[in-house]
Parts: sequence; C-alpha cells; structure tokens
Amino acid sequence: MSLIKRAVKTWLLGELFIGLMLTGKYLFKKKITVEYPEERTWLSPRFRGLHALRRYENGEERCIACKLCEVVCPALAILIESEERADGTRRTTRYDIDMTKCIYCGLCQEACPVDAIVETQEFEYASETRAALYYTKDMLLAVGDRQEPQIAANIAADARYR
Amino acid sequence: MTWLDTGITAGIWALEILAIAVPVALGVAYITYFERRVIGWIQVRKGCNRVGYAGLLQPIADGLKLFMKETIIPTSANKLLFVLAPMLALTPALIAFAVVPFGETTLFGLWDTVHVMAIANLNVGVLYVMAISSLSVYGVLMAGWASNSKYTFLGAMRATCQMVSYEISMGFAIVCVLMMAGSMNLNEIVHAQAGGFWHWYLLPLFPMFLVYFISGCAEVARTPFDLIETEELVSGYFTEYSGMWFATFSLAEYGAMILISLLTSILFLGGWYAPLPFLDVIPGTVWLLGKTCFLIFVFIWFRATFPRYRYDQMMRLGWKVFLPLTLIWLAVIGIAIYTPGLSDIINFWRPGVGA
Repeated sequence: MSLIKRAVKTWLLGELFIGLMLTGKYLFKKKITVEYPEERTWLSPRFRGLHALRRYENGEERCIACKLCEVVCPALAILIESEERADGTRRTTRYDIDMTKCIYCGLCQEACPVDAIVETQEFEYASETRAALYYTKDMLLAVGDRQEPQIAANIAADARYR
Repeated sequence: MTWLDTGITAGIWALEILAIAVPVALGVAYITYFERRVIGWIQVRKGCNRVGYAGLLQPIADGLKLFMKETIIPTSANKLLFVLAPMLALTPALIAFAVVPFGETTLFGLWDTVHVMAIANLNVGVLYVMAISSLSVYGVLMAGWASNSKYTFLGAMRATCQMVSYEISMGFAIVCVLMMAGSMNLNEIVHAQAGGFWHWYLLPLFPMFLVYFISGCAEVARTPFDLIETEELVSGYFTEYSGMWFATFSLAEYGAMILISLLTSILFLGGWYAPLPFLDVIPGTVWLLGKTCFLIFVFIWFRATFPRYRYDQMMRLGWKVFLPLTLIWLAVIGIAIYTPGLSDIINFWRPGVGA
C-alpha cells in the first residue's frame, strides 16, 4: 500500500509541487531589503565606527596622554606624543590613528580612563587615498565635536551594562 | 517588373523577420530583468530596481556593459571556430521562430481570408523545429572544442550528452501530439485544439506535457538541469568566453527558452485559443503570449526552487524514466486510437478523425 502511495506521489511530482508552493508563497511576502543610501538599519550604541576624541563641557580636551590606548592597541594603529603644558598638566601634542591599520576592536575606548577616545557610529568615511585615512589629533577632535550629542547618548544608553 | 516583384517580396520577408527577431531580442533582454526580479521576490529581496523606473533600464545597462567589455580570445584557441561557435548557437535559436504561428488575423477585417501570423506556414513545421533546435548542439560542441581547454572540452561533452538525451524524449512527446492532431503543421495542431480548455492536449497527454516541459528545461539548460553551465563546474563549455560572445550564448539560451515556452503553449495549451470559448473576443495572440509568459515564469520559478541535478541523476532521468514513459504513453495512445471502444473517447480530441 505504502509502495503504491509512494509511486503515486513520485509520478505526480508531489514533492516538487510542495516545493513550488513554498517558493510561490515567498513570492508575495513582505520584502526585507533595506535600500541603503535612502534607508538605514538600526545601529547599536556599542557600534564601533570612526574614532573621536572628546572634550569636557568647558572645551578642555579629555585626553591626559596616559597612552593606555597606545599600549593596548593590538594593531599598533595609535601614535601619541605628549608634553607638559604651561599650567602643569600633561597633554598630547600628537594623537594619530591610522585607520588602515585599525581593526575596530574597541580596546582603546575600553582602556581609556577618562572616556576621551571613543568609537562613534559614523562609518561612511571611505576615501580614494590612503593618506586621507590617517587621522590626526585635529581631525579626531573635529569628529568628537561633530558627534558629541550622539556619543553622549550612546554612553548613557550603555552605562547600565558597565 | 519581375525585379521589382522580387524586391518587394524580399522586403516583406525582411520586415517579417524583423517583426519576430526584434521582439525576441527585446524579450530576451527583459526576461533577464524579470528573472532577477522574480528570483529576488522569492528570496524576500526586492531585486534590481535602481536603473530607471523600477529598474526597467537594467537590461540595457547590462547589454551596454557587455558590449564595452574586451573580448578575450585565448592564445591556444582556434580563433575562427571560437568566434563562430556563439553565432552557431544563436542562429538555430532564432530561425526556429520562422514556423511558429503567433495567431490568426484578418487584420481587423481588411483581408477576406484568415492569415496565419507566421513567417513560413510549413506543413512539416514540427519536424523543422526539432531539426533546427538540435543544431544548437553544434555551437556548444564547437565552443568547447575551439577553446582548446580541458574544462571546456569536458563541459561540451556533458552538455552535448544532455541535449541529445533529452531531445529523444522530447521528440516522442511531440509524436504523441502528432498522433492526436494528425498533422505536423503547427497551425493545424492549434486548430485541432479549438473550443475550450477541455479540448487541449494537456488533458489526454498530461504526462507528455510534463515530459516535454521538463525536457525543455534540460534542452535549454535551465535549473534543475543547468549543471552544464554552472560556475560550480567552471562554467562548462563557455569557460573561456567573455564579453559579447559570452552574452551571445545566454542570448541563445533565453531565445530557446522563449521557443520552448511558445511550443509548449502551441502543442499542449491550445495555442491562441482562449480557455473558455466566449473569451475568444480577446485577440488570440494575446492568449498565446500570455500562456508563453506564464511558462517562462514557471521556468524562473523552477530556478528559484529546485536544486541542481547531478550528472548521473540527470542521465538516469532522461534515459530510464522519460524515455520509457514516453514510449508507454505512445503505445497507450496508439492502442486507444485503434481499439473500437476506446477510440470514441480519444477521438474527442481528434476533430479531424472522429466526432
């Protein structure tokens, strides 16, 4: 009996029609495509994109040149030089990140004791030259100034997990 | 005077050929678009919708890209045959359209008699189509040989095997239709199916319809039988082809796909007749092209659904399943026609003979 059943199923292409019906159903499903430049997906507050150097509210830069980020960086992408300023504080004279070396692991922002170096949700900074991906201190500070509201919001959103 | 007549006749022929070749070429271009969209939809994507409104200019952009590309001819290839092969693959796919009737018309009452919309209303049309479509194997074989590479050679061998194997069961499926219609003229085969979908050969020859359509898939190397041209197997016989010559092969493939869909509609789905007689107010050509479009959609649907056959499975299906099945059905039809009690039933679909 089961043999006959099987033969009928085979010769009437039963399984094939089941497959066709399934794909036919998917033909009318709602499409999940996100059309990128116009539409965007949601980004996590922990998203690790372009780096930024932050400032305090009075405009003073946060970085104290402790060089923990430079030490922890597994790709050796960070280069820091520092000196003592007139008011006796230690500040960086040079803070470069080579984005072509960076692996976006986020260890630098983990290591930073003053939340000075952070990774933002910005990711559209592709360039046509390698030189343009060598970010200097001024460029990183500019990113920080530009992204500060978003950075603060992300840190606040992530605060209870720290 | 006679020269003028010859000129006019030649001109009319040229126009007739253009009237079919140009829509076929455009059809091929837009089938590629349609295919990408439908497969996209089935995979819950949107498909190409960027170039022009809803991506409608995509095939033109693709064609332009292929034209601009450099044609690389391998050093060790036989240059003449290498260039000739795509042509030889494309030509049969296009000239087979010569006998396909696209409907009947009096040109809105302008003519007294009904004209068949075909370049040549050949009385051995089916035979012609069979003969011509098997010629495309030479293009494949030549491409594989002329490339002078072991991969293309093996690919061409496999492709030839597949095409030849499935042609036999296709041929027998057509023989069943010929036995019912009693004619090899495609026009008359359609006439024999006049008067509603219960007169179509789809009903008495349902297994043959399946065999013909599935063999058609194999013949034009569509999924699930596209093992002869997959990337997975180094693209079979056109490994060495690029740019426009590569496009010519896919042009031939899609042209053959249109042809198979057209022939399936003509042989099994009543050609230009509406499924219900009162729907015949809609022009027959619309019905024929509608059925063809549906079958093309089914081809694409197959592609989005079925995984690929392995070579030995494909050969097994062709020789051990389809060939016996067609032979058995041939015998069944033959016996039914010549057995007194059964012939009354079968003659319902044979208007030329019984009823």
